[in-house]
Amino acid sequence: MTAPSEPQQLAYIAGQAADARVNVDIETGDGMILNMGPQHPATHGTLRIVAKLDGEQVVSAEPIMGYMHRGYEKLTEVRTYPQVTTLVNRIDWLGNFANEVPFILAAEQLMEVEAPPRAQYIRTILFEMSRIANLALFLGDMAVQLGATTPVFYAFRDREHVLNQIEAVTGGRFHPNFDRIGGLKDDLPKGWIDDTKAVMGKLRTFCDEMEDLVVGNEIFQTRTRGIGIIPADTGLEYGLSGANIRASGVDWDLRRDNPVGLAWDKVDWKVWTHPDGDSFARYWVRLQETREATYIVDQLLDSIPAGPIMAKVPRIIKVPEGEAYVATENPLGEMGYYVVSKGDLVPFRVKIRSASFSNISIAPWLLQGVYVPDIITILASLYFILGDIDR
Amino acid sequence: MIRLSSADTTVEEAEAAGAPLVDTVRDAVAAAFVDALDDAVIESFVKPGCDVIIRVRTDAWLQAADAARNGLGYRFFDFLSAIDWMPSPFGRDMDAEQDTDSADAGSAAAEPIVAGYGGGETRFQVLARVYSLYEHVGVTLKADVPDDDPSIESWISVYGGVNWHERETHEMFGIDFEGHPGLRHLYLPGDFEGHPLRKDFPLVARRVKPWPGIVDVEGMPGADDDEGADA
Repeated sequence: MTAPSEPQQLAYIAGQAADARVNVDIETGDGMILNMGPQHPATHGTLRIVAKLDGEQVVSAEPIMGYMHRGYEKLTEVRTYPQVTTLVNRIDWLGNFANEVPFILAAEQLMEVEAPPRAQYIRTILFEMSRIANLALFLGDMAVQLGATTPVFYAFRDREHVLNQIEAVTGGRFHPNFDRIGGLKDDLPKGWIDDTKAVMGKLRTFCDEMEDLVVGNEIFQTRTRGIGIIPADTGLEYGLSGANIRASGVDWDLRRDNPVGLAWDKVDWKVWTHPDGDSFARYWVRLQETREATYIVDQLLDSIPAGPIMAKVPRIIKVPEGEAYVATENPLGEMGYYVVSKGDLVPFRVKIRSASFSNISIAPWLLQGVYVPDIITILASLYFILGDIDR
Repeated sequence: MIRLSSADTTVEEAEAAGAPLVDTVRDAVAAAFVDALDDAVIESFVKPGCDVIIRVRTDAWLQAADAARNGLGYRFFDFLSAIDWMPSPFGRDMDAEQDTDSADAGSAAAEPIVAGYGGGETRFQVLARVYSLYEHVGVTLKADVPDDDPSIESWISVYGGVNWHERETHEMFGIDFEGHPGLRHLYLPGDFEGHPLRKDFPLVARRVKPWPGIVDVEGMPGADDDEGADA
């Protein structure tokens, strides 16, 4: 065997340096500083946590962001309304289509147009499918962060079916860019409804598997029960939304409580909550939500009305002067856009209210006093996408 | 068509009758805020079926938060941010020709500052949104930020979650929040100069290279080209 050449050696050293994901730096005096990141082991993006330790316990922890800040709020000010959807479906890249919907709805509210019923149904179906794709990955991913490797393979396997169906409609697996002001770009392809129903059946099997493999697992329960408890009132004060707040016993879902015109009120489904507020509850609620979403999709596929998929809108879209805030219940929580228009081709200002930003802002409060391995559990169960924090 | 957020609103009935839109739930919410804050409210604006906007005096910003959370039960803190109402001094001068033809071209710097719903007298305005889980109504609170000294009270004693939102607003708009424990940069490097979301902060990419424009306007399915062309 030949000795490695110099470029090979350099490449190896560079690889080792890149792999050194946890740098430990010992300070004299008051405890130890533990630096985790910026690489996230499950590649949800690049988040760095600097924790000050006293033995095994965290004294204070500070998330450091900005590694993925792409300045979308500034960019929207120079993009026309139809061009903005390209930007926003990169915010939470796992729940891609769901990001476009609230922005389009806000623009529609300002223009006082409404998409036809068929478009609203297809929007809701794709919205719920991006929820399934997003949460399915979480269900496997949280287990892998706690040391169980198998579930994540199941998750990738079954998420693929959902992504294929999304791709069949929109042409994009991760960045569909399919929603338009006044409707949708295209109708459903032939045979898609039956295929999707079969996929929803597979996803329900996947949820059952996760229930057996992960939720019923004694090690998983020991590592998540009673870890990272968020009282409901504190969660609300920090702006926690979605499954994170429902796991603290707050029965609140924007899909049910603030209908924005999509088809959720046309079907029969329930909002899942859990009283415990710990990491286990957050996993459990998301698991139930994934399963519930497959039922929502099934019912919508059965009742999808015929008709046009596009309302009459001008070809060059000028949005009348005004302000609108529209938020929807995205996979990660409440996602909303505060759109200020001055009657131009481009928005005057768009404030993007993303779920993960608020969800993770509770971390410094929540991580105080926990043990080092529980940092991983808590962050995994809060479930964030870095693109959704940094925007 | 404006959609409802509560079954109690009478928007649909009013619309069917051709009467002006009335939203009793949001009207009541606006009235409750005016009651609780008394003369601190400068203007309240209700967009039926959509939103409530309450503009308060600058010195009553913290009082408004306290009244919303502890008095009126708006427990959920949604977001806090700011708006720079100054028209962009760069206007649309770097846009492609086909864009500026259809847009209002020309020097934007001469335009006066015009605020949106709820009014406003200053260049910067902070806005924050709180939500009630009992009524399922969100309220947007606004306050002017003085031009000569862009600072306002911090909400951190009322809503703990405002911490990062205020840090972000501080670095993006240069607004100080009195009483915030550490207004460090959240996204930008510590030595970054300027406030990117201010309108007079240039978007360098646009300065360097003109935007290709909306040459890729795609035909909308179901829309006739001739009918849809005129905006």
